[in-house]
Amino acid sequence: MLEDGTTFEGTSFGHERSVAGEVVFYTAMTGYPESLTDPSYKGQILVPTYPMIGNYGVPVDDEEGGISKFFESDRIHCSALVISDYSARYSHWNSRCSLGDWLKQERVPGLFGIDTRALTRRLREHGAMKGKVLFDEDEIPFYDPNVDHIVASVSTRRVIEYGAGRYRVILVDCGVKNNILRCLLKRDVRVKRVPWDYDFTNEACDGIFLSNGPGDPALCEATIAHVRRMLDRDTPIMGICLGNQIMARAAGADTYKLKYGHRSHNQPVIRPGHSRCYITSQNHGFAIDEQTLPPGWEPLFVNANDGTNEGIRHVSKPFFSAQFHPEAASGPVDTEFLFDDFIAAMSGTRGTF
Amino acid sequence: MKKILLLGSGALKIGEAGEFDYSGSQALKALREEGIRSVLINPNIATVQTSEGIADKIYYLPVTPEFVEKVIEKERPDGILLSFGGQTALNCGVALHRAGVLERYGVAVLGTPVQAIIDTEDREIFSARLAEIGVKTPRSIAAASIDEALAAAATLGFPVIVRAAFTLGGLGSGFCSSMEELRVLVASAFSYSPQVLVEESLKGWKEVEYEVVRDRYDNCITVCNMENVDPLGIHTGESIVVAPSQTLSNSEYHKLRAIAIRIIRHVGIVGECNVQYALDPDSEDYRVIEVNARLSRSSALASKATGYPLAFVAAKLGLGYGLHEIKNSVTRVTTACFEPALDYVVCKIPRWDLNKFEGVSKLIGSSMKSVGEIMAIGRTFEEAIQKGIRMIGQGMHGFVCNQVRIRDVDEELVNPTDARLFALAAAFERGYPVEKIHDMTKIDRWFLQRLENIHLLKQALAAVEGEPGRALLLKAKRYGFSDFQVGRLVIRDPALSPHEKMLRARALRVSLGVLPVVKQIDTLAGEYPAMTNYLYLTYNGDEHDILHEDDRRSVIVLGSGAYRIGSSVEFDWCGVSALDTIRERGYRSVMINYNPETVSTDYDTCDRLYFDELSFERVMDIVELERPRGVILSTGGQIPNNLAMRLHGQGVPILGTSPLSIDRAEDRQKFSSMCDALGIDQPRWSELTSMDDLLAFVDRVGFPVLIRPSYVLSGAAMNVVSNREELRYFLDLAAEVSKEHPVVVSEFIEQAKEVEIDAVAREGEILAYAISEHVEFAGVHSGDATIVFPAQKLYMETIRRVKRIARDIARALAISGPFNIQFLAKDNDIKVIECNLRASRSFPFVSKVLKYNFIDLATRVMLGEEAEPLHRSIFDLDYVGVKASQFSFARLLKADPVLGVDMASTGEVGCIGENYYEAILKSMLSVGHRVPERAILISSGPARSKVELLNSTRMLLEKGYTVLATGGTARFLEENGIRVDTLYWPDEAREPNVMRYLRERKVDLVINIPKDHTPRELDNGYKIRRAAVDYNIPLITNARLASAFIYAICKVDPAEVAIKSWDEY
Repeated sequence: MLEDGTTFEGTSFGHERSVAGEVVFYTAMTGYPESLTDPSYKGQILVPTYPMIGNYGVPVDDEEGGISKFFESDRIHCSALVISDYSARYSHWNSRCSLGDWLKQERVPGLFGIDTRALTRRLREHGAMKGKVLFDEDEIPFYDPNVDHIVASVSTRRVIEYGAGRYRVILVDCGVKNNILRCLLKRDVRVKRVPWDYDFTNEACDGIFLSNGPGDPALCEATIAHVRRMLDRDTPIMGICLGNQIMARAAGADTYKLKYGHRSHNQPVIRPGHSRCYITSQNHGFAIDEQTLPPGWEPLFVNANDGTNEGIRHVSKPFFSAQFHPEAASGPVDTEFLFDDFIAAMSGTRGTF
Repeated sequence: MKKILLLGSGALKIGEAGEFDYSGSQALKALREEGIRSVLINPNIATVQTSEGIADKIYYLPVTPEFVEKVIEKERPDGILLSFGGQTALNCGVALHRAGVLERYGVAVLGTPVQAIIDTEDREIFSARLAEIGVKTPRSIAAASIDEALAAAATLGFPVIVRAAFTLGGLGSGFCSSMEELRVLVASAFSYSPQVLVEESLKGWKEVEYEVVRDRYDNCITVCNMENVDPLGIHTGESIVVAPSQTLSNSEYHKLRAIAIRIIRHVGIVGECNVQYALDPDSEDYRVIEVNARLSRSSALASKATGYPLAFVAAKLGLGYGLHEIKNSVTRVTTACFEPALDYVVCKIPRWDLNKFEGVSKLIGSSMKSVGEIMAIGRTFEEAIQKGIRMIGQGMHGFVCNQVRIRDVDEELVNPTDARLFALAAAFERGYPVEKIHDMTKIDRWFLQRLENIHLLKQALAAVEGEPGRALLLKAKRYGFSDFQVGRLVIRDPALSPHEKMLRARALRVSLGVLPVVKQIDTLAGEYPAMTNYLYLTYNGDEHDILHEDDRRSVIVLGSGAYRIGSSVEFDWCGVSALDTIRERGYRSVMINYNPETVSTDYDTCDRLYFDELSFERVMDIVELERPRGVILSTGGQIPNNLAMRLHGQGVPILGTSPLSIDRAEDRQKFSSMCDALGIDQPRWSELTSMDDLLAFVDRVGFPVLIRPSYVLSGAAMNVVSNREELRYFLDLAAEVSKEHPVVVSEFIEQAKEVEIDAVAREGEILAYAISEHVEFAGVHSGDATIVFPAQKLYMETIRRVKRIARDIARALAISGPFNIQFLAKDNDIKVIECNLRASRSFPFVSKVLKYNFIDLATRVMLGEEAEPLHRSIFDLDYVGVKASQFSFARLLKADPVLGVDMASTGEVGCIGENYYEAILKSMLSVGHRVPERAILISSGPARSKVELLNSTRMLLEKGYTVLATGGTARFLEENGIRVDTLYWPDEAREPNVMRYLRERKVDLVINIPKDHTPRELDNGYKIRRAAVDYNIPLITNARLASAFIYAICKVDPAEVAIKSWDEY
């Protein structure tokens, strides 16, 4: 049920428990294990527009260097999954169970048999809406994850260190995806993953990384304050998604909620004034208001479809961030070079830009 | 850039079909939008791209370096586009580049540079280039001895594939999984060939393709990926293909995507290319199998699958645009620099016509044999594939509920043929588990699970007692079951016909509110509002994406479905012409068609495109939604025509000639009584009622006789038989093909000319007509015949009678719209053999030669609009058009390349000449014939052909050619005072033997006229014909055509042929 009163009826294939959240659609055609474990979807009822989901089951749960090999975190974060057609049987060399079994284990509801295109059109026209997945005669209230401090619930509670690389990076975990860790670690980085409100301003490091995460960036005041303090210095900072918005707010710019956000693998972003256009993976409901960028900052990327900001950078200092996901997982890997730019900034060499 | 030359792909052939009409048309559209003058060379006169208003100049000339150079010399274009006309255009372009022609005339190759094309075409360079960037290709080692071969296998690891170099048809090639097997196979391979290639085997690997685009700024996108349902080993043109991939994880999908982008960058393509992979089903290991540096069948499919106009964009990129500078033509607000997101699945299924060929191997494998394909759209795989199986148009109702007999299911699963889908259904029917079928076929379990879902649901439906409930019915529809299938399974009243059961099932589901919904294809899965008119129907949804206006302005045109032998691009031209006129007259043009290789399924072509089935059920669904002013079914060939009576029975307004008249023309009995009443002569005929009656009839008219079922196109199951034994055999065959319509046997008149009239009438009055004649005598199917228009060699009296008969028939049937009548003329005796109240295959040909669009006229008539009669007389034409047929025997292993009453050609060309012989020459060169350099081999067959070829043989000798002949022919020539060299028959172990001459290519043209049906004649003749095809030596098997061609090469100097564009005639 949507907050405008529209109802859709489907068949359960996951855990049977009524839940509420923000209903969002995403148009990627692959990567449901990655998306479901992406902490940025915390509090959201996920609607893939691709109709057949579950085809290749759920991958085995191997770890490597303390990080899951195939998942983006240690659990499913979205509140529920709503699809058109479910593959009860699956086929893949690397799968261990069906999507439905996994949802049951993780106690997440799943519905199939829904006209997801009709649902998507409604969300597109009215904007992202609150919604509920209801079983039987249950009655539960609507829930808006964007007013809650959900970053706190997905961030690490303790400091964890990974790797033994040359560059020391403090990773501010607002709900980080494992692939950000993987992308850093394979670039000779030693990562210190800290909670979202951890004060890192007095710690020695070569670079600071602001992770992705769910919800309204304005609620991450502690993080924003820490970053603001760092902007006076010269330690390289890179941000992704929520990290991009935190960077902007720390610099003094505003962020706002998009009507229905960008959640897909096919978002083109362009470098202003250049002819290079990149296909990116995206998952965000908020964006930077480019008009409010203070002097000293400039847009780094702009969405080629709707002109919204897709990243910013400081004109002279090594601070830059992207609204999209250069770490992909899921999605295209065309912008992974941004991690190289971060390394270049830390080593004092020239990057792509 | 002011003027650009685009090379087309010529006649449709296996492996190069309608997709290039679509890509060329899109490219020309892009040029026009830029205000650039375009010049097109393409002898395929039936295409849309060679119509008015698409290119600025059109040359109906062969796409060969010689002719293209002459056009370049005359037109002096600034640039040339090579990647829109398939392999034909690409090869021609590379040849022109190598010969320095492009440089000499300062013609720039737009888009992908020629070197990049060469790099991808040559296997060795290709592997080396990819190795430079660490991309894997299949490993292969050449061996010249058994020991070398064994060592190679040890290096590669088993299993391996052995390929003997320099042999035909895979002789000496095979698959080995141990040293012992390898030793045996290699020993035999070395008896054929001095060298073998030992390759790692990727048998059972998945086959995945990506369509990649790159612009000059190095921006790259992959528009679509596609997964073959069939594992590697079956040519992608022979495979069932789905888009997007279904069984790839995110990491596999994006790993292959990233590699595709690295390849396109490294090779330096500007425009579009296709990358084919083998992907290990048990890991992420992969190999790149092929890169095509041009638009391809796959790219046409990808365009239709996604709504992304690849060819249009590729043309713009060739002109120097960046991807980000081009708009998405579906949303019109977002950029073309993106990757489409699909919220549906498409399924491509090939269409084979192997039954039409004598002796052909039905196994499918690494070479392509299919002649067409369809694309089905659904929101479940089950829905898409069941739709698709119906679309193929071979009488199947979906995955289940067919009456197909598979002789040996196990054999069929392991060694698939064109019937493998039905072998899968039979395997489920036998209770084979998915795992077992997977082991036998290597088809991914996921596809098999989904197919099994269909099978299980069929069982559930068959087990229902009484009427099925809404939930079950809805599930059946969501799994793509047709009303027909449901009717067959759940309506059990034995008194009802299948059609009545279907109507009953339909009424039941409508009463339960189980209705399809219309969804849009918008390239972004609904993320942005799109004004798209590209639609499909599905049961996996609750609401329509569009509102139907209900304003009676819609006019629905039914398309022609899958290309097949007998129905291809010519009907697409007819459909597109009708849409143009409908739109121009202010109506809403609506198309229903599902062939991804066509222009009619380009959403630019009409106001609304339903990419969906042309079944009674689906057309009714759409009619109920559109509530149109009317439906046009006379421009789409036989598929729509066959729906006429059933649609009429449901009160659907059919525009043009009344369905009752269509029935009168299609039903032999009714048609014949009408002819009798009008005093029109027909060959004597009889409908098969009892064998005794039939034999009595044959005794009366004498052999040979012609057998055929009514209501078929292109002579399916049509045969000329010369004795009782053959008669019985072919009668069984004909009865198989068409159960609902009776078999007809008619007298066969030998040595008769075949004459056709294509015409348009309004309320029975003829407004325009075109009379053409066949070069070959009756007995060669009109689709295979060489057609001359205007007719050059008919008596005035014949023409007068043809006209009179056509006028009488048009009046009697009150024809309003297009029609075609075929006649036999012997002396001045005229008999009607066939009458079709629809556009025929030759409509585009006569329309273009006459420069008067018959379909435009017919559409105006059908819309009830003003229509001026054509006043121009054929005598005003001071030029001649010749339509010649293209055969694809080389692709059809073992098929006997002879022509008969059953159609065998896969395509055609039409060329215009100053005179008959020039037109013959141009058109024959356009379908792959070459002017012989020295030697011509003649075995002239029956006495009549021998006489026919006497004069032409003399001409050849006078021209200085060497004529070689087989025994009988040589004797006959000698008796007539002509001395030629004799070659021995294949079964005579004597030299000089004809087989050696062919093998050593000492012959430039083979003329082999089949004689009689004695085994020895057949075998010898077959060997010569087949060898000619396999060694790529031009072959002619009809004496009349051979004689016309010889006259043409002797009378016309190819160097003097007029290089004139269409508008210059």
